[in-house]
Amino acid sequence: MREERLPGSTRLLPLAVLVAALLLWSALSSFRVFPESLFPSPQSVARGFWEEIRTGRLFNDMVASLFRVTSGFLLAVFLGTPLGLWLGYRARARAALLPALNFFRNLSPLAWIPFAILWFGIGDVPAIFLIFMASFFPVVLATMAAYASIPSVYFRVAENYGFRNRALLLEVTLPAIMPEVITALRVTAGLSWLVVVAAEMIAGRDGLGFAIWDARNGLRMDLLVVGMIVIGLIGVFIDRLLVQLTRIPSVRWGYER
Amino acid sequence: MRDSHLSMERVSLSFGAVEVLRDFSLEVGEGEFVAVVGPSGCGKTTLLNLFSGFTRPSAGLVRCNGRIRMVFQHDGLFPWRTVAENISMGLREVRDVQERARQLKEMLALIGLEGFGEHYPHQLSGGMRQRVELARALAGETDILLLDEPFSALDYLTRLRLRKELARMLRERPRTVVLVTHDTEEAAQLADRVIVLSERPAHIRCELTLGLERPRDATNPQVVEAVHRILTELGLEHDPENVLV
Repeated sequence: MREERLPGSTRLLPLAVLVAALLLWSALSSFRVFPESLFPSPQSVARGFWEEIRTGRLFNDMVASLFRVTSGFLLAVFLGTPLGLWLGYRARARAALLPALNFFRNLSPLAWIPFAILWFGIGDVPAIFLIFMASFFPVVLATMAAYASIPSVYFRVAENYGFRNRALLLEVTLPAIMPEVITALRVTAGLSWLVVVAAEMIAGRDGLGFAIWDARNGLRMDLLVVGMIVIGLIGVFIDRLLVQLTRIPSVRWGYER
Repeated sequence: MRDSHLSMERVSLSFGAVEVLRDFSLEVGEGEFVAVVGPSGCGKTTLLNLFSGFTRPSAGLVRCNGRIRMVFQHDGLFPWRTVAENISMGLREVRDVQERARQLKEMLALIGLEGFGEHYPHQLSGGMRQRVELARALAGETDILLLDEPFSALDYLTRLRLRKELARMLRERPRTVVLVTHDTEEAAQLADRVIVLSERPAHIRCELTLGLERPRDATNPQVVEAVHRILTELGLEHDPENVLV
C-alpha cells in the first residue's frame, strides 16, 4: 500500500465528479428522459431525506442495521480468530476441517435466509445469524493462513529469549499475524455490510435493507434512493474506520514492503 | 559466561537418504571463538542447529553448557517491536526497571544507534538491523552465541564495519561463540580457531588456530596467511611450497 503524494488540488477532483453526477442526474430528470415514478429527481430525494430524518426513521434504521452488523461481525471475530489460530497450530485438525470450512466459505450466506427465518423468525437474530455465517468462515481461514505464514525463525528466536505459553501467544503469534488479520477484517466487514441489507429485506421489520424494500413496495422511489445513499456512505465509513487499524505503528511493517 | 562450553562426540546425522554428518566431533571451550567454514550445503548450519537443540542427532552426543542465543542469516528481529523493544527481549530477565533501562541505553550506545530506539526494523538499513540483532543477542545474561552467516546479506564495506563492531562488543561482553560463514576472511579475522569442513558427509578437513589478540584487521599478515591456507585447503588456491605431484 504505497501512497503517492499528490498536489492538494487533486483532492478536489472527487468533489468535481460528485457535482458533475448531480448535474447529470438533474438534467435527466428535468428533461423527463425517464418517467418521474421510476427516476426520482434530486429535489424529491432531498425532500425524502428530510422526511426520513424528521420522523426519526432513518436514524432508527441506521441503528438497527449497525447493531446487527456489529454483533454478527464481532461474534465471528471473537470465535473465528481463536479457531483459526488453533487450526494453524494443529495440522490434523486442519486436514480434517479445511474442506468443510472451504465449502461454507464458498456458500453464499444468502442461501441461509430460509433457514434463518424458519429458525429465528423475523428481527435481529436472523440478520445477526446471516452476518455471522458471512464473516465467520473468511475470518477463520484468513487467521489460519496468517498463522501458517509466520516465518519459523520467529518461533526459534522466541524460544531463545524465553517466550513461552501466554507470552508466546500475546507477544509473538498475535502481533505476527496482525497485519493479515486486519486486512481480512476489512474485507469481512464489507461483506457483512452487504449481507445485512439483503437479510433485512427479507427477514426484517426495520433496518436500512428493510427501508429500501418498504420504499419499493410503497412506490416511494425517492426514499429508495435515500436508503441506497445511506447504505453506500456507511459502507465507506466502516472501511475508513477499519483502515485506521493499519495505522497502528506496530502493524505498519505488514503494509510497507 | 559461567563454565560454558559446547561439545559434540561422534555425532552422526542423516536427513532421509542424505548423510550430513558422520562420526563428527568438535569441542568449543569457554570464551573461545570458533568459526566454521566449508562448501555450501556441507552442513554448517546443521552444526548450529545441533548445538541449539533444534535438531537431534541420529547418533552420538551433543553437550551444551550455558544459555544460548542464535543470530540468523535472515531477519530475526521482530518487525512489530521497535529497536528498543527488540533489544529489551535480551533483558527480560533483568527485573529492575531502572537497571533494564540503563542496560538498554548501554546497548544502543554500543551499536551506535542512540536516537533510533523508537524506530521499527523496517525503517532501518540492513546493516543497522544486523547491528540490532547483535545487540539483542549480547544484551543481558547469556553464555553462548551461535551466529549463522550473520553478515552474508550485507555489502562488503558494511560487513567489514560490522566485523570490527562484533569484535569490539565481544571484548566488552565476552561470550563463547560459534560462527558459521562462507566468508573465509571473516572467519580468519574474527576467530580464535577456524574449522574447515569437507563436502557431505562433513568431516574436519583442517583446523587453524590463530594466536592473535582480537580485534584484528582484515589485512593483518597473519589473517591474510590464514585465509590463504583455508582457501588452499578448499582447493581454491595453489600453495607453491607444497605442490602435490
